[in-house]
Order: sequence, then C-alpha cells, then structure tokens
Amino acid sequence: MEDNPTVIDVNNLYKTFRLPHEKINTIKSYIVNFWRRKKGYEEFRALRDVTFSVKKGEFFGIVGKNGSGKSTLLKILAGIYYPDQGKVLVEGKITPFIELGVGFSPELTGRENVFLNGALLGFSRKEMHAMYKDIVGFAELEKFMDQKLKNYSSGMQVRLAFSIAVRAKGGILLLDEVLAVGDAAFQQKCYDYFEELKREKKTVVFVSHDMTAIRRFCTRVICIKNGKIVFEGDPAEAADIYQEENMETSRQATKGETEQQQGNSYKVDISIHKQTDAEVNLKINFESKKRGEVFAGISLLKDGQSVAEINTMKQLKLKNKGSISYTLSTTVLNPGTYQVSAALFTRDNKQLVAVCKRKPSFILKDVDRQSLFKGAIIKLPDTWESLKN
Amino acid sequence: MRHIFSKQDRVLLGELVRTDFKLRYQDSVLGYAWSLLRPLLIFVILYIVFVKFLKVGTGTPHYPVYLLFGIVIWNFFVEMTMQSLTSIVGRGDLIRKISIPRWIIILSSSIAALINLGLNLIIIAIFMIIGHVTPSADALFLPLLLIEIYVFSFAMSLLLSALYVKYRDVSYIWEVCIQAGFYATPILYPLSRITNITFQKILLLNPLAQSMQDARYGLITKHTTIIWHVFNGSWYAYIPFIIVVVFLVGGILFFKKESKYFAENI
Repeated sequence: MEDNPTVIDVNNLYKTFRLPHEKINTIKSYIVNFWRRKKGYEEFRALRDVTFSVKKGEFFGIVGKNGSGKSTLLKILAGIYYPDQGKVLVEGKITPFIELGVGFSPELTGRENVFLNGALLGFSRKEMHAMYKDIVGFAELEKFMDQKLKNYSSGMQVRLAFSIAVRAKGGILLLDEVLAVGDAAFQQKCYDYFEELKREKKTVVFVSHDMTAIRRFCTRVICIKNGKIVFEGDPAEAADIYQEENMETSRQATKGETEQQQGNSYKVDISIHKQTDAEVNLKINFESKKRGEVFAGISLLKDGQSVAEINTMKQLKLKNKGSISYTLSTTVLNPGTYQVSAALFTRDNKQLVAVCKRKPSFILKDVDRQSLFKGAIIKLPDTWESLKN
Repeated sequence: MRHIFSKQDRVLLGELVRTDFKLRYQDSVLGYAWSLLRPLLIFVILYIVFVKFLKVGTGTPHYPVYLLFGIVIWNFFVEMTMQSLTSIVGRGDLIRKISIPRWIIILSSSIAALINLGLNLIIIAIFMIIGHVTPSADALFLPLLLIEIYVFSFAMSLLLSALYVKYRDVSYIWEVCIQAGFYATPILYPLSRITNITFQKILLLNPLAQSMQDARYGLITKHTTIIWHVFNGSWYAYIPFIIVVVFLVGGILFFKKESKYFAENI
C-alpha cells in the first residue's frame, strides 16, 4: 500500500464560516447593519491548518465529535464548499454520498427519482436503463416504482436510495454518516457493501460515529477536534481517542443529574471501582427500606445493545443496606466503549424496584494490535487444534 | 482541467429539464397546453383593450400578429428570469449535497423557457399564415436576434439568481422592474406613437426593444421603428449589443464568484 499513488492531497486547509446573528438576507437589514457599523455575524473557524493525504486503495476514516469540522472537511473534498486558504488536490473523479437520495423529489414517481438520482451520481440514461432492474430488485420495491415517492415509507425511500448508491463504485467515494439511518438489517447491508468496497480496493473516505465500523474497515484514520487534526494513524487508536473524548463529554453532562428511584424506598447505584487490562471491578451500593430480601442485577451494554446480564439471585442474600462488588472479566470482549447499569428487584415477586440512571462506562483499549477482526462484541479465545488424519 | 461541459453534465441537464417539466405541469388538467394558452389569453385581453377600444395599433399593418410577437418575446424573458431567480435557492438540496456545476441549474430553467418560446413561435407562424403576413428577406436575421434575446435573458438570470441567494428582496424588486419594463418596451404600442424622438432613441437602447423591433421589421411589417433608422448609422445603434455583452461578462463573473459560497449561504 505504501507505494500506491496519492489520490487526495490536502494542504494547510482553513475554513471559516460567518454565522449571522440574524440572517441578513434583505437589503434593508444589510443597510441597517452597515449604518450601525455592527458586524452582523460571528466567525466560526471550522477547519484550522488541516493537512493530510489519502493513497489509492485506502479506506480512510475521519472521526470527531459533532461540530468538530469533519463534515465540513468532507464537503470541501466533494467540492461543495470552498476553503479560505489551503489547497485540495484530487486525482480522479469523486462520488460523494453526503446523504442518501440526493435530489429525491416527493412529487415524482420512484422510477423517475431513480433516473434523476442516477444522473446526479454520474450515470448516463443508458447505464441507468441497464441496471434499473437490479436496483429495483435489490430494494425489493418492484410493485411501487410507478407510485409517487411521497407515498413511500421512509424505510422504502432509504432502501431505494441505497440501492442506487451501491452501484456507484467509480472513483473516490466519500461516505458521510450513511450508517446513521435505517434498522439493523439495513446496517448489515451497509457493512456488506463496505466489505465489497474493501475487497475491490476502492478508495474510500469515510466519516462516521460508528467506531465498530471504523475499527473494522478503515486502514488509516484521522481524528479531528475543534477543526484540527489531533491524531493520524491506526484506526483502533483513533477510535480510543474519540471514545475517551466522548466519554468526557457525557460524564460532564450527567454530573448534575439526580438519580430517580422508585418511591424512595429502594436505591441502587453502580460505579467502576478499578480497571486493569483484564478486569473491571464494579461496585454496587444498594438500600432497601422495606422488609424482605432483594437482589441486584447488572447489565453490560455496548452502543446501546445488551451484551450480558448477571444477577445476585443465586449467590447472595441482600437486605437493608450494603455494598457488593462484581469483577467482570474483559478478556472476552473486543475493544470499544461499554456501559454498565444496575437494577434492584424484590426477591419474592421479582419486581423491578430501582434502577441506576447513571450508566458509568469504561473503554477497552485495543491492546492486541495483531488481531485482524474487531467488529464483533465478543472475542473468543484461540483454542484451535489441527486434526491429524 | 475538467471539461466545461462534460457528458455527465449533459446527462444531468437532461434529467433536470425533464423533472422540471414533470413537476411544473402535474396536477393541472390542461398540463402543457397552459404554456401556450397563457400568452394567447394575455394577447386576447391586450388586443381587446388596446386595439379594439383604444385603437393603439391603427396605422400598423398586421397589428394583432405584431402585438402577439411582442407578448411572446416578453413572456419568454419574464418566464426565464423569474424561473432562474429562485432556481438556485430552490435547488438548495442539491447544491448543499453535491458538487454539480451551479450554472447547469440556470441552464436547465432556461431550456424549459426556450422550449416554450419555440412552441409559441410556431403559433405565431400559424397566425402569420392565417393573416397573410409575408416576411421580408430581413427575417433571416431572426435566429441571430433570438440568440441575442436568449443571451441577454441568460445574463440577467445569472445575475438575479446569484443576488437572490444573498438578498431575498431581489424577487420583489425584479417584479417591479418587470412591470416597468413591460411599458418601457414597445410591446403593445408601436414605437412611432412616441413622438419625442429622444425618448424613442432611449427606449431603443434596451436590447429587448431593439431585437424585438428588428425581428418585427423583418418578419411582420416594414412599418416598424428600428434602431438603425433612428440613429441613422451612428455607432450609438450598437449600444444594445454592448449592453448585452457587458451584462453577460458581468453576469458570468459575478455568478462564478458567488457560486463558491452558494452551499453555505442558501
């Protein structure tokens, strides 16, 4: 990959937006502002001295929090925005997917929209005719093509747009948050498409919040913070940096949040006590003002998905007030950000009586740099054996 | 450097024109017929008021066709500039998401107007046959005059659409300008009715007035006041062409400069 030619070369890029206090788009307000010598806008520096390059065949990731400037950067690459300073050199054609279904018009039929969208992606009418059937088949919308788009459900629209988008494989692909829409089945389709792009050694610039996808597909990643590149290199390391930064923000956000407990009779709280390379020690404080035994449960989450659940039902008898701890072995988990939450149940009728709203999280860093596949949640041990015939 | 008008741009242009048409005439019973009916109905009104009651056209042979021709040309100018004015803002969804050459959007609205103009000219031809109007050899200039009108409209469209992105007042101002222009251009009165020769000269400096009169002169009747006669061979007669070129160059430069920031200003 090292000796592949550079296809995108970005040098000392600066971009500043003017954010008007009130939108000045009438001549009167312009004159009034001029008269008062008021600067009717604030300057927002979206990108500051950004320099990087992408080589042919790379799956290049851009990560960063909302408002960090990554979408601005992508739009400059796509030629939608112009930089104030700096240079962007692009070798070859660029196919941008800033959004699925660009140009879709609700008043046109599905068929007409396919052709319009295809033209925007650079296909001729002849090419579109040739692959029209495949597109419709892939979207599973054969029966609806002569209906107006406004009668489609949003899921159908996304399916149609995606079916057209996956046909565009020419040149350099710019993907922005394509994964942000759709259900699990759709996400799987997206992943399959990325696999395909990767297999075919396409050059892709990929902006995402989905660290699983970044870890799984990217070959190199830049991390952007407040318009500056703060990291460039290994995807796993970039994902760690991003997740740490993100956790910092969510920690600040939840600080002042009071924990709501049902009826005040029961309380439960969970915190991360200690973290080592192989283990995370969790501490639970509980309180029950009523008679009768209770039991506590912990659930482990990743990206909102439940990974594991465990409870004290069989091992401990809990009453009144106290603290317990649980040691979670993390060797079976792949890198990423995990959250834990705790709940309290009554023992006799197994009723949920208290939940800890604060969900502390921990990051598992990518220590095993040798490992190739990190997209899944569970990492199984290498217990292979070769069999002799 | 990228081709100024690549194959891909042509495909896109075709698709934009097609969707424009579909969207414009859907949900109307007569559909496309409206683009022909509208100028005809306006013609009927103006004909009744100005020709039958006020007798504006007396002395000019084939005055109905003469009037209709003026209306059709003016209608083209209005349609094209009004469509283009809002077209960049109206296509904001595309501009913010994809990097198509911005002027393709203006071109696509101009093509819709051009097609209408073509059909309207066919109607004029029919009127001419019915009214036994015989064009002279000067009618050969018609294509050149139509190009002049188109280029002028295109230049105005570039200017207006780029201005509209920044200042929404432009649409109101332009509406007033159109109203004023309708009377400042010799559409429904023969220019010879203006007896003050200085006024005649000033009105004819307008490229639309000059080209409209030239076209009528060749196509309909020699009883048309044209710039070449009024200025009597002086170089002033070329001012309308200079105006067109200045507007075109200015329009292109302004549009090019502004189009860099369309995506963030819309």
